[in-house]
Amino acid sequence: MKKVPIEFKLNGVKRRFEAAPNDTLLEMLRDRLGIKSPKTGCDRGDCGTCTVLLDGRTVRACLVLAPEADGCEIETLENISKKPSPLQKEFSKRNSFQCGFCAPGVVLSATELLRKHKKPTRPEIQEAIAGNLCRCTGYSPIIEAIEAASKK
Amino acid sequence: MPITCEFEYLKPKTLPEALGLLARHGRKAAVLAGGTDLLVWMKEGLREPEAVVDVKGLKELRKLEMKGSALHVGAAVTFTQLLESKLVREKLPLLWECARTVASCGVRNRATLAGNLCSAVPSLDGGPAVLAYDAVVLVQGAKGRREVSAADWFVGPKRTALKDGELVLGVRFPLPKRRHASCYLKLGRYRGEDLAQVGLGVLALADDSYRLAFCAVGPVPARAKRIEAALKGHKVTDELLWKVQELVAQEISPITDIRSSKEYRLHMAKVMVERGLKAAAARLAGEGPALGEEIL
Ligand code: FES
Ligand code: FES
Repeated sequence: MKKVPIEFKLNGVKRRFEAAPNDTLLEMLRDRLGIKSPKTGCDRGDCGTCTVLLDGRTVRACLVLAPEADGCEIETLENISKKPSPLQKEFSKRNSFQCGFCAPGVVLSATELLRKHKKPTRPEIQEAIAGNLCRCTGYSPIIEAIEAASKK
Repeated sequence: MPITCEFEYLKPKTLPEALGLLARHGRKAAVLAGGTDLLVWMKEGLREPEAVVDVKGLKELRKLEMKGSALHVGAAVTFTQLLESKLVREKLPLLWECARTVASCGVRNRATLAGNLCSAVPSLDGGPAVLAYDAVVLVQGAKGRREVSAADWFVGPKRTALKDGELVLGVRFPLPKRRHASCYLKLGRYRGEDLAQVGLGVLALADDSYRLAFCAVGPVPARAKRIEAALKGHKVTDELLWKVQELVAQEISPITDIRSSKEYRLHMAKVMVERGLKAAAARLAGEGPALGEEIL
């Protein structure tokens, strides 16, 4: 299969890569480039645990082909965590996560929300993370942390 | 689940180039816009293209603008772009409300209305909006352009009027001549992302005419013409609502599947007709629930 030469920015660093057309962005990040924060959950768009920011928007990395990243800017939790954001501090203060499998996706979805809306309403927060399934927490401590961070 | 089929990834820069690729690969080509259905189908082995043609580089497909008295939605316009457009919210509130219920934010950031129409699954949220607004799908093939009305677009589950080698350029929404208000109701198993068990789009127009379109309760989304005829020229009253609820069973043909039984679908479709009409009529009168508010 003909590989596709692509160029993109990953967490602020310019990268070049020869992508297999049938690799997903998730497979490229995790298996070829060692970026492990996006997780493989359902691998079909339902759970949100593979979420990354593509040109500032959350996408499901399991539903993007690696070559589609050409010319894009990719941001993952690795970058955001270099200096924990006020949002992340609220999460850790409240023990918002248990197993943590959903956390990278939730943090990125909430990051996208707070960049767009400084003061989101509760329904807006719920809608923003509706595509991030969490099997441990029941969501309340997650929603409360996002609300608290938005008040900062 | 990895994608096991092997294909060439192609990203044409111009429309003629894209059409050339589609003509060359014919039925073995898959058009990629948002990819949120296509990738799932490739993972499941339901689609095994030899060429995946990414059309996001075509500038003709990215337009979201008024053309005369119609709103043009390019084929690469995402649901998020529709939601963020003031034009859509003000001029075509039903489209806005439908867009809002599609999957989740991370999917809406990629998925397109045109892709939704091309996937043509019976539960598609884009269906009621294009039908109620009498939208037109703009299609181009090697031999030229043609226009397909929304009513003729859906041929069967996952089947549309699009022919091999053709590309959807966009969707044209003629603005209703009269002032109107709308309501989209989507019944899911839970709030948040899910496919519709029943979807219903309602338009109430200032001349007391109404348009209703269902999805997920038949092989294709469809207008409820008998109900529309019974409502025409009347204000929405309880007596009238009882009468049109009796017509619901003639308008839809729900089936039992993993998401619900046909009896439940039929029952809820009646409930939704009542609430949808009341909400749309109230909004037309400047009252009623705010756009996007939960009604079910
Ligand atoms: S792994 Fe991508 S949405 Fe579940
Ligand atoms: S903390 Fe375990 S899935 Fe969310």
